[in-house]
Amino acid sequence: MRVFVPGDSAAVSIGANDVAAAITRIDPSLTIVRNGSRGALWLEVLVEVETANGRIAYGPVMPADVQSLFDADFLNGGAHPLARGKTDEIPWLASQERITFARVGIIDPLSLEEYGQHGGLVGLRNALKSTSEIIINEVTESGLRGRGGAGFPAGIKWKTVAQTTSDQKYICCNADEGDSGTFADRMLIEGDPFTLIEGMTIAGIAVGATEGIVYLRSEYPYAISILQKAIELARVFGWLGTSVLGSTHAFDIQIRIGAGSYVCGEETAMLESIEGKRGVVRAKPPLPAIEGLFGQPTVINNVLTLSTVPMVLAQGADAYKARGVGRSLGTQVFQLGGNIARGGIVEKAFGITLNELLETYGGGTLSGNPFRAVQIGGPLGAYFSTEQLETSMDYESLIAAGGMLGHGGLVVFDDTVDLAVQAKFAMEFCAIESCGKCTPCRIGSTRGAETIDLIIQGVKVEENKKLLLDLCEVMTDGSLCAMGGLTPMPVKSAMVNFPSDFLGAAR
Amino acid sequence: MKYSPWSQDAARVLLATLRDEKGPVLMALQLMQKEFGYVNPECVPLIANYFNKSRADVHGVLTFYHDLRKTPPGEHQISLCVAEACQAVGARDLEKKVKAKFPDETADGYCFGNCALGPAVMVDGKLIGRATLAKIEEARR
Repeated sequence: MRVFVPGDSAAVSIGANDVAAAITRIDPSLTIVRNGSRGALWLEVLVEVETANGRIAYGPVMPADVQSLFDADFLNGGAHPLARGKTDEIPWLASQERITFARVGIIDPLSLEEYGQHGGLVGLRNALKSTSEIIINEVTESGLRGRGGAGFPAGIKWKTVAQTTSDQKYICCNADEGDSGTFADRMLIEGDPFTLIEGMTIAGIAVGATEGIVYLRSEYPYAISILQKAIELARVFGWLGTSVLGSTHAFDIQIRIGAGSYVCGEETAMLESIEGKRGVVRAKPPLPAIEGLFGQPTVINNVLTLSTVPMVLAQGADAYKARGVGRSLGTQVFQLGGNIARGGIVEKAFGITLNELLETYGGGTLSGNPFRAVQIGGPLGAYFSTEQLETSMDYESLIAAGGMLGHGGLVVFDDTVDLAVQAKFAMEFCAIESCGKCTPCRIGSTRGAETIDLIIQGVKVEENKKLLLDLCEVMTDGSLCAMGGLTPMPVKSAMVNFPSDFLGAAR
Repeated sequence: MKYSPWSQDAARVLLATLRDEKGPVLMALQLMQKEFGYVNPECVPLIANYFNKSRADVHGVLTFYHDLRKTPPGEHQISLCVAEACQAVGARDLEKKVKAKFPDETADGYCFGNCALGPAVMVDGKLIGRATLAKIEEARR
């Protein structure tokens, strides 16, 4: 009999390993599957039992609850205060539109057999029967855009690389998920690593690249070990290597581990870091698609972008673009974090409102205090207020509202937050993490933090606010990359949307 | 965590495993730290010579990345996430308590991807969600 206890780092961080051990101690005959997380992190540790009626969920289970689960006959779906019924019918999960995350939490992450049973490798097999042109056209037609934050159409990037002639091209997967409030890349790699491998293989076939590199951050040790095992299994299976699934295409993947630098999530700094150098941003042009890793044409895509490709190739562009709004097609993997009652992964079509995400899914704040602010899109994203809850969550609407989607993370704050302090932190973070190449970012961030400090202390408040806005303009227009260029976004949005926090001593 | 005592000979054997890698300097430094717990200053000329780079190149990489340290670590390492999502659930208060109790072991971290179950803390490589001072003390044992 199979019992599922997630091996996902978030679940383990609150005791999943101890829960698994407690279950085995009581009944060693049970098979414990360490699946990924279903994404309902507020229900972790979510224990599932495979019964004749489907999988039955119990959560959140702490190690001390395990004996009572056995007493309640949970192996046969017995009643218990933590019983949640059939996992697939939990409304929080059932109402989602899981495409990129279709298999996460459901399968054993390292079982190629289960991967195949749940639709894996269909996209790659279709790609192998197809041509470069048709694959790229399908990805372009699907409307899939870069999920790392920039939102650039994936198909167009691939086409640029495909059109270059070079002996060596690369597929680089950006898994340097440094934004606070984002964890989808980690959960996908820990829960369904073969999907990423499949997406990268398809990209390699499409553009004529034989080498893939995943730049994965050191803060994710479990993801590193799962992906490494998955790569080795794929090699043994005859998927990665000199002949992809028996075809004439060669493709293999290597992991490069980050070293704790936020700016290395910027694509050109990432290339420098993979080359073993300081993570200093490069000027563009040349575009990485033309001169990227080791000077060769390189596709750089985020984990979620690449992991969505297999579905596009399996079910077709039309099925993917049937969801979404305007030019934001398909689904977005939103991540709810911070001070939120029901945090986790919510994959929905673009166009869901901010309020639906925060209330229907998030269930309000964790503290129970009134909600006050939400930062959307990571440390470089804007702070939104209660007045903006009807904003449609898609690339264009968020830009129109003075923000950005970024990597899809939402960090919720209750009414104890001081937005002037948050604005100062944005500048301080930039000062710590700036690569130092350009002046507005390197020095502007330090001056920005000092200026906000003066505002907080009530020193020449109006003059310093004007100075701060001027500095923000210089950083936005004068920085080489998004680090310095977007640090003003949280600062300015805090000033505009929460003016009462910037009154100095008058607060 | 257990590390090998620093030895140039052992370091050379490890560097040989990276001989065929493209762009090996950062990997080499990470490998040194993994084996010996830190990057001994003697590694800089060693890696420079081994991979035909300048000492400045290697020093530049060593000093750029937050993960790399030039002195041996203490018995315990506590890395506290102080990024926004953890701030929203009390990371700053926790930071004060932990730094007061373990001033020599505690460093700031920026996001362990556990943003729905913060505050997040990494103690000796083990991730702790909904962290409290008591949980950190327990993990240190």
